[in-house]
Amino acid sequence: MTHRGSRVLHVGSLSRVEGEGALRLRVHDGTVTEARLEIYEPPRFFEAFLRGRSYTEPPDITARVCGICPVAYQMSACAAIEDACGVSVDPVIRELRRLLYCGEWIESQALHIYLLHAPDFLGRTSAIDLARTHRAEVERGLRLKKAGNSLMELLGGRAVHPVNVRLGGFHRVPAVDELRSLEEELKQALDDAWDTVRWVAGFEFPDAEVAADLLALAEPDTYAIESGTPTVLRTDGTRTSFPVRDFTEHVTETHVAHSTALHSRLDGRLHLTGSLARLAISGARLSPVALEAAVAAGLGDPRAGAVCRNPFRSILVRAVETVYAVGEALRIIRAYEPPARPYAEVPPVAGVGHGATEAPRGVLYHRYELDADGIVTSALLVPPTAQNQGAIEDDLRRLAQRALGEPDVDDGELTALCERAIRNHDPCISCSTHFLDLTVVRTAGEDAGGCDA
Amino acid sequence: MAPTLAVFKLASCDGCQLTLLDCEDELLALAGEVDITHFLEASSAVAPGPYDLSLVEGSVTTAEDAERIRAIRAASRHLVTIGACATAGGIQALRNFADVDEYRRVVYAHPEYVATLATSTPVSAHVDVDFELRGCPIDRRQLIEVITAFLAGRKPDVPDHSVCFECKRRGTVCVTVAHGTPCLGPVTHAGCGALCPAYHRGCFGCFGPSGSVNLPALIPLLRRDGLDEDAVERFLHTFNAAAFDKIDKE
Repeated sequence: MTHRGSRVLHVGSLSRVEGEGALRLRVHDGTVTEARLEIYEPPRFFEAFLRGRSYTEPPDITARVCGICPVAYQMSACAAIEDACGVSVDPVIRELRRLLYCGEWIESQALHIYLLHAPDFLGRTSAIDLARTHRAEVERGLRLKKAGNSLMELLGGRAVHPVNVRLGGFHRVPAVDELRSLEEELKQALDDAWDTVRWVAGFEFPDAEVAADLLALAEPDTYAIESGTPTVLRTDGTRTSFPVRDFTEHVTETHVAHSTALHSRLDGRLHLTGSLARLAISGARLSPVALEAAVAAGLGDPRAGAVCRNPFRSILVRAVETVYAVGEALRIIRAYEPPARPYAEVPPVAGVGHGATEAPRGVLYHRYELDADGIVTSALLVPPTAQNQGAIEDDLRRLAQRALGEPDVDDGELTALCERAIRNHDPCISCSTHFLDLTVVRTAGEDAGGCDA
Repeated sequence: MAPTLAVFKLASCDGCQLTLLDCEDELLALAGEVDITHFLEASSAVAPGPYDLSLVEGSVTTAEDAERIRAIRAASRHLVTIGACATAGGIQALRNFADVDEYRRVVYAHPEYVATLATSTPVSAHVDVDFELRGCPIDRRQLIEVITAFLAGRKPDVPDHSVCFECKRRGTVCVTVAHGTPCLGPVTHAGCGALCPAYHRGCFGCFGPSGSVNLPALIPLLRRDGLDEDAVERFLHTFNAAAFDKIDKE
């Protein structure tokens, strides 16, 4: 097939991503002139209907933004509202929150590795298709995913939209024996996570490099999950950071036509958040076992400054982060002593609060304004995928352009490559979007290439 | 030929269809019994209908989705809605009680770019539905029961009694009686296994109204236990706001 003629390719909705969305690729006389990830989420208006709600409600309400990362929403909401009210929680509560978050990381990373991403590397359409030839591997992935869910079910009540999180802590904290009951399943999960690292390390990775600044939270002594300082590694290698309360001074959103998601820039530049950014910024803070996994995965030693910018290799980073999260869960469970109280009282205070945590797919920022009675007067949610949209489009443009320079690339291959380029970033389109059709519009000269789906 | 199963999404969070992928112990066995021919979140192999069983997540909030649900219905032998969005409009139905243009201006710098209907409505407001599975999110065991029942050609065993029954069965002490905790359990559809009282909090109505609801009896108890009028209204206006509101007006 030619890639210089007038041509429209219509390939149906993007699959194996969370949510539904569309991509438009416009090729003019052999050059990619436009690469757009179109976001058409039927708006659900969370930021509008949160106004007038009680300050105790956002953890439960905002969980419903995303069924894949509800804990991230609950944790960012708690962090922001506790910030507004000037409350900081007990160290044991912090650890329990981190434990719940580890459950979500394990579940979500295993979901992406095995069910969404691995089929791309092995030429399969789904994990079910993959199980026909790789049954033991798919069973291992499901077992690993289930270990994450078991953790969320025990500590949170259920895996999707846990019920046990509240401002200041938890409605009920587990007894020592309850948490310890998970130890065997997590020990198996640690073996499974290691086997996952070895398995994905054998995949073949196309060359590619994200040309965006990387943004992740950082903590001085640990790999940041449930808290941290927003930290930027720029493409020139310089590192800067800013307080969470200044988030919207740096990450600015603009509303683009034909889209219901808001596009972000970091200090006016493209940025990427998520696994690649976290490893680049906090990799040296990984546990010894996870550092070993990073080296075994071929990612280099983060302590020596190794940075991976190849989005195809993000599956390796997710596998390493899964090893880390399982190890963290075991560490927390083994050290656990129940706190004196399941939660700290959080009396309402008029003011503004900010919170940011590391959702599996990147930094999730919340901001709330409360009145003296604790009624929310304004709310702002900045999800990771909206931040990543610009970098994803930039990836698409460059990968498609390179593919067009190779001989005999047909539209099917180009489409498959574009879909992979999107999946590499584990977009959570339900956080920000709705239906998405892939349309490649190819034009030559002034000749329009056809309709846009 | 194995029966075909399809999964579709309208306005929603993806959590209910994720619940199917959360059936880690049953997923591969299920895939041996049915042909999953349309499930975008899980597979890039998509086949056209007809489908023997379609599971639909999400509510109708755009003119396009109102059209789409008709096409899905036409392609489906059985259509089952999964979750509070598809069954009751979901939390996004809070717009039904507000000015959607004002909502649009609050969230978007260019509200004119955003097309939306003034209401979020359940699938049953648009097409015939063969079964509605409740919950925000749905319960995994109930999902397996519903799929199994449709494949076997029988009615799903999903009782419509209240959460109170589940607390009694579980042996959970009543949080309202023992601690004066406001709880929607007496008016909420069973299905979650009475999770919240077991975690020392009151039910907050994820599964929507049960088969027989007596709000005039419950509301004075909520007031007695410390909720003012606004707080009672908020309590009933979350994930199944439109469904509770309809009962309140009856």
